[in-house]
Amino acid sequence: MTTETINESLDDSHNDDHHDHKMTGMKRWLYTTNHKDIGTLYLWFAFIMFLTGGALAMVIRIELFQPGLQIVEPDFFNQLTTVHGLIMVFGAIMPAFTGFANWMVPMMIGAPDMALPRMNNWSFWILPFAFAILLGSFFMESGAPNFGWTFYAPLSTTYSNGSTAFFVFAVHIMGISSIMGAINIVVTIMNLRAPGMTYMKMPLFVWTFFITAYLLIAVMPVLAGVVTMLLTDTYFGTSFFDAAGGGDPVMFQHIFWFFGHPEVYIMILPAFGIVSTIIPAFSRKKLFGYSSMVYATSSIALLSFIVWAHHMFTTGMPLFGELFFMYCTMLIAVPTGVKVFNWVATMWRGSLTFETPMLFSIAFVILFTIGGFSGLMLALTPVDFQYHDTYFVVAHFHYVLVTGSLFSIYAGAYFWLPKWTGNMYNESLAKWHFWSSLISVNLLFFPMHFLGLAGMPRRIPDYALQFADFNKWVSIGGFAFGLSQLIFLAVVIKCIKGGDKAPAKPWDGAEGLEWTVASPAPYHTFSTPPKVD
Amino acid sequence: MSEGTEQEANSHEIKPSNSKVIKKLVLVVFAMFGFGFGLVPLYDVFCDITGLNGKTNTVGVAYAADGIDTSRTIKVQFITRMAKGIPWKFEPVINEISVHPGEMKFVNFYAKNQSQRDIIGQAVPSVSPGLAAGYFQKIECFCFTQQPLKAGEEVEMGLQFYVDLDLPSEITTLTLSYTLYDISGKADS
Amino acid sequence: MSRGNQSWLMGAWLFITGLLSSSAWADTQLNLTKGVTAVSREVYDLHMLVLYICTAIGIVVFGAMFWSMFFHRKSKGAKAADFHESTKVEILWTAIPIVILIAMAVPATSTLIDMENNDDSEVTIQITGSQWKWHYKYFDQNIEYYSVLSTPREEYENQNGSFAGNGNAKNDNYLLEVDKPLVIPANKKVRFLITSDDVIHSWWIPAFAVKQDANPGFINEAWTNVDIPGVYRGQCAELCGKDHGFMPIVVEVKSPEDYEVWLNEQHALTAQAADAEKASLSTSISKEELMQLGEATYMAHCAACHQPTGLGLPPTFPALKGSVVATQGSIADHISFVQNGKGMMPPFGKQLSLKEIAAVVTYERNAWGNDTGDIVQSSDVKAASEE
Repeated sequence: MTTETINESLDDSHNDDHHDHKMTGMKRWLYTTNHKDIGTLYLWFAFIMFLTGGALAMVIRIELFQPGLQIVEPDFFNQLTTVHGLIMVFGAIMPAFTGFANWMVPMMIGAPDMALPRMNNWSFWILPFAFAILLGSFFMESGAPNFGWTFYAPLSTTYSNGSTAFFVFAVHIMGISSIMGAINIVVTIMNLRAPGMTYMKMPLFVWTFFITAYLLIAVMPVLAGVVTMLLTDTYFGTSFFDAAGGGDPVMFQHIFWFFGHPEVYIMILPAFGIVSTIIPAFSRKKLFGYSSMVYATSSIALLSFIVWAHHMFTTGMPLFGELFFMYCTMLIAVPTGVKVFNWVATMWRGSLTFETPMLFSIAFVILFTIGGFSGLMLALTPVDFQYHDTYFVVAHFHYVLVTGSLFSIYAGAYFWLPKWTGNMYNESLAKWHFWSSLISVNLLFFPMHFLGLAGMPRRIPDYALQFADFNKWVSIGGFAFGLSQLIFLAVVIKCIKGGDKAPAKPWDGAEGLEWTVASPAPYHTFSTPPKVD
Repeated sequence: MSEGTEQEANSHEIKPSNSKVIKKLVLVVFAMFGFGFGLVPLYDVFCDITGLNGKTNTVGVAYAADGIDTSRTIKVQFITRMAKGIPWKFEPVINEISVHPGEMKFVNFYAKNQSQRDIIGQAVPSVSPGLAAGYFQKIECFCFTQQPLKAGEEVEMGLQFYVDLDLPSEITTLTLSYTLYDISGKADS
Repeated sequence: MSRGNQSWLMGAWLFITGLLSSSAWADTQLNLTKGVTAVSREVYDLHMLVLYICTAIGIVVFGAMFWSMFFHRKSKGAKAADFHESTKVEILWTAIPIVILIAMAVPATSTLIDMENNDDSEVTIQITGSQWKWHYKYFDQNIEYYSVLSTPREEYENQNGSFAGNGNAKNDNYLLEVDKPLVIPANKKVRFLITSDDVIHSWWIPAFAVKQDANPGFINEAWTNVDIPGVYRGQCAELCGKDHGFMPIVVEVKSPEDYEVWLNEQHALTAQAADAEKASLSTSISKEELMQLGEATYMAHCAACHQPTGLGLPPTFPALKGSVVATQGSIADHISFVQNGKGMMPPFGKQLSLKEIAAVVTYERNAWGNDTGDIVQSSDVKAASEE
């Protein structure tokens, strides 16, 4: 690397034509086109949404603490599960990853900013409106959406509680935001790489966001299409999903999951990128099998377009359809396995230390793999008939989304906090966060496997007595996990306020252009592109 | 260093301009939005081919079987169901008949509007197993059109059909289900 | 790290003691049911096979990880090696999973083919999901009835109770019991034709390994052949609205002889009910009796949506207290609403007897201060439906 002194030349930002950094207070954040500011906005927004969605989950867990209806009506319970899902998927996980992309992609490829800074501002600032509409519907006469985050017709059309219009509008805004964010990422990566940084020299982190952005561009419009059909079916008398008018409710599921399955990978591929950055850093060893990682990520993305119907095995598919989707789904285990093996091989004969980012990454690999195992079990059509729509599925996707995506977000946050704030975070507090999260998250989600196998359906506000013991423990795990997340908030605030000053490169094994600039990263970096050999 | 500048020049050459990339991506976005709607007719084609969901023909076909295969006997069952909110009586006159592939059959369904208002009904057919749907050919069916019944009116409605000769040999029973909907509000006038 | 280890142990210890101290623990099921059909046992075996394979892979992969975590740590003086790719190894760990996957796909395929073979059934039953109850109709038998949750509301409504204790006492089959279970014969192939009146439901009995969505307007098929007579319980498995958690499925499997006896009983009962309907047409019932029967019927069939207070859950479920239909509207319209339903309101004409409809309409027109003073008799119901 010849970039070690580049940061010095970057401090003279007085001669550049961006003026927004001179604004103060709210205005700075409203008008900012700076990728670091926007990244920060995304990350805070995601965390606030995470706490909001978490609060809804807490009410769900209180309700399910013991048998009998305790504090909420069944209909309100459905609103809770629906909005919890929507907020966590579209409000927490996806914006958090967009925040990472904004902060890190330009710095990793040696670009001065995102390629389309003004659009970047827009794509963030329409998001709060989407969620204001969604959450505001709780206070409307109709109540919030109550048809599950998968909003199957006709429950969400003919039989909805009147919240469909708000819901559709909110989803449209979220979709537009995601699409603009994704276009920005693609253009940035295609056009603003530093000289010499060929595609196969890009950090894997950048690769995963690149592929994710393409997935978003491909499937978010399909989601927009399906919610539009939902809207016209509900209010304008069309019959896309209504059998009475020649439509078909099962078609809704086909179109929804054509979006929905790639969406699942939109939420996990960036996690692969983050973990693939952190494990080599704390193993002090290069990532094993870089190019196979790139190919594995691409093939997962491609396969995601031909497996959607594995969410629908019980809808009554012809035999060969079931077989086709079963085989394709099982095939995904191969590239995913390659990734896990590569991470293990990266750690193998390294020189390991266990700072908090590494702890979260290791927990990610193990717990995500457990989620992958249950995914493989779910792929087998005959057994899926037993697992489908039970707590086994709930356990599966929380393992991949919470101990998968969320843990990778924590790992990344701890890893780059010194770069973002210029201060080291409090390591022992962070370890408290990790260990309490790790224990409580397993107490929360592991028994759900047993509940599902024993026959507890998902999305029910009350359950039979044989499910009582596990539900009690799951609830206790849930409360403990919820509280543990407040430790993270404390760590971040402490880190912003002060702490040991971070050097430009606080992790001795870390590699990449972002570590060549000072900590905290100057407001403008790489105004002159670095050279990459 | 000269190598570096060369590379830089090189990379400028291969990189397309921002607006070109954006135009392409926006095009993809619109194409995919359209594709979402395109899935609707595609899905129907897919259903026709695979018999997904037991969808059958919605327009009458001409009898086109090449003789009758008396070596096989297929059991055809009829079931009916009223959707919510349609106060009709609607049932098959006979529950079950046996047919040979290629043989034309005619059966009747009885319907009565038990309410005091005029109602337009629409029967939606579905065949199970789904794989057989493509081989179940309706020549004439009341389900091709809407059924307006005056208050208290009763009627017998006919269905003329045959089963294709190349119905897969493992299928010996076929069920035809009709769900009746009240489409008075939505009906074409 | 050592503090971390301690809190791990602490947590694990708390978890284990907590688990052991639970009183009802002995009944708790951890694994998938083996079930009572050939197919359900095949499914169970497949489940166990995959579980074992996953466990084995997990032990190898996590073992390697923990090995490096213990022996390749910097604090033990480990120096990082330099390797970062190996085509041979990478091909190997692409190929091995493929072989394992094929080993799983073979039994999965054959089980699936068994499950999808719906032919040659001896009994056919039409199952319809309807918010929030199941309707069973025996093909060719002229027997049909609704099957509704029979757990009393007092057992599950705890909102005004306290968290202390378990709220109201609950019986053993809490939320898994119905007024009239589906009855099928043992050792015969029974075919289910599944559809829905409104939204998508899913009919699921774990012991049969049968789960099939009920799609409005379309039919789905499933079948079972149960070896062992007994009572088997399941639940609706697809979110279908407010009372999705309150529409259980109970199947009573009887020996073929007992099944025949049951069929005859049902035919006799149907005839009796028809006689009772006829008789009720010519008798008048006192208002007190109507109100009593009306209240019982209302609580069983109407209160879930319109609430015991008659206030409903607006906007989806309108109030009846002071409503136009129940106070100002004509009795005939009111009867038609109950019998035929409208929009979200399900039709009760097939589910309730003339007498019950008369009673419930009387109740709704006089309870909660509606005080219209109207009295409705069976003959009025009959007349209203034939007008």
